Amino acid sequence: MTSPLTARGVEVDLAGGPVVRGVDLTVGTGEFVTLLGANGSGKSTLVRALVGLIPARGSIELFGTPLARFRDRWRLGYVPQRPGSSSGVPATVREVVTSGRLAHRPLLGFASRSDRAAVDEAISHVRLGAKADQPITELSGGQQQRAYIARALVGDPQLLVMDEPTAGVDAESASVLASLIGHLVDDHGMAVLMVAHELGPMRALVDRAVVIDAGRVSYEGPVDGVRHDHAHDHPHIGAPERVRPVPEEGPLG
Amino acid sequence: MTDLLAYDFMRYALIAAIVTGLAAPAVGTYIVQRRLALLGDGLGHVALTGVALGLLTNVAPTLTAVAVAVLGAVAIELLRTYAKTSGDVALAMLFYGGIAGGVMLVNLAGESASTLNSFLFGSITTIDAADLVTVAILGLVVVLLSIGLSPQLFAVCQDEDHARVSGVPVRLYTMFIAVLAAVTITVAMRTVGLLLVSALMVVPVAAAQQLTRSFRSTHLVAMVLGLLAAVGGVVASYEIDTQPGPTIVMLALAVFAVAAVTRGVVSLRRSAP
Repeated sequence: MTSPLTARGVEVDLAGGPVVRGVDLTVGTGEFVTLLGANGSGKSTLVRALVGLIPARGSIELFGTPLARFRDRWRLGYVPQRPGSSSGVPATVREVVTSGRLAHRPLLGFASRSDRAAVDEAISHVRLGAKADQPITELSGGQQQRAYIARALVGDPQLLVMDEPTAGVDAESASVLASLIGHLVDDHGMAVLMVAHELGPMRALVDRAVVIDAGRVSYEGPVDGVRHDHAHDHPHIGAPERVRPVPEEGPLG
Repeated sequence: MTDLLAYDFMRYALIAAIVTGLAAPAVGTYIVQRRLALLGDGLGHVALTGVALGLLTNVAPTLTAVAVAVLGAVAIELLRTYAKTSGDVALAMLFYGGIAGGVMLVNLAGESASTLNSFLFGSITTIDAADLVTVAILGLVVVLLSIGLSPQLFAVCQDEDHARVSGVPVRLYTMFIAVLAAVTITVAMRTVGLLLVSALMVVPVAAAQQLTRSFRSTHLVAMVLGLLAAVGGVVASYEIDTQPGPTIVMLALAVFAVAAVTRGVVSLRRSAP
């Protein structure tokens, strides 16, 4: 069986400079892989390249198909880094989650009964049933993140890619997400690739940790084997060593 | 009111107002969602060059305006995509060129200032039957596409990255929204005029937002408010003998003010013990 994600020798340049260098990465069916690294290590850039948002060299295959020719988009669920500002027009949780069904829908026409059922189910899985018809901007940060994860899960993806889903998320939201994602990985064989600073309750789910440092893989193995300074051995000459992970990071992460 | 309908020009103007009032907020909702509220202004400027080309070459100005505004929309989207740092200035220059070129060409065509004025601020007496057919067809196409493609357009405007990963051709749809806006500007040119058309795309949406909580209800309420402002403005402009464009826009702003006050009162009551 082909792996949901196989990447070989991935290289990304941004603004003329190299950001990701020769990264190999595989995520197998039912496997939970986390990408760790300091600010600016290139881990978010790597993930954006893996889902096709920015151009990269090297080979990236999703479910055995090269990224450029990958058409079964419903198989890939994506949770971007939390958008900084809301859009100009209000949108409810239900509307945002419904937009996650697009890959299942024909070009024209209303959402079908199965679309609506999937949306209701995804919203209740992230325990936002009571907030489904509220504008998403009225929710707390953690609740908004749950809504964006529901949008990624509503299409029944086989590979879920999340960019810092736990950054700045309250404890309740983090544990709701961990139990939901644990269920999908264990019982449905969903594969997960998650960029994180802080694993929190997700830590128990992680099968393999990959640490990115200056655009290269510096460690790959069990999460317990990640040395505490791994994520922080970025050369901050003279700066005090960070003891705690940084909750937010810039767009290039 | 019934005596208004005795005049052909008034019937034409009212039909044009209905189509314009629905079409402008139908597209405008996406434009506001993408935070491009000033896009319509720029396209209106560019469309003026199209009008002038029509006057100069004796082709119906509505058709040349559509063609030039659509080209302008495509150029603007390409600039926004590829000229990231200098895009802002490039857009501004495109807009200045549009209005300056338009006014010069109108002068060269030997047209009077009042002709120019009627395109800039609308004129209910200049709509003829041929214009009306063009306006009605284009306006209906805009309304149908804005509603029919709303799942895709919403997804693109809400979160471009997520839409792109979901396989939505984002660049195509953002271009499409700009083209819809360009067509709408031509539709609205006869009633609201090129300089104020953008207001009818933005103000009803801003007013609707005061009263609604979802995207879909904002979209629909904005279209209803746009319709009321456009029809009310045309009727009022006939009654008090003003140009329709400014009358429609002032009415839309009044609707916004009422909506904003209503919202304030409602939220005060809610927060009161």
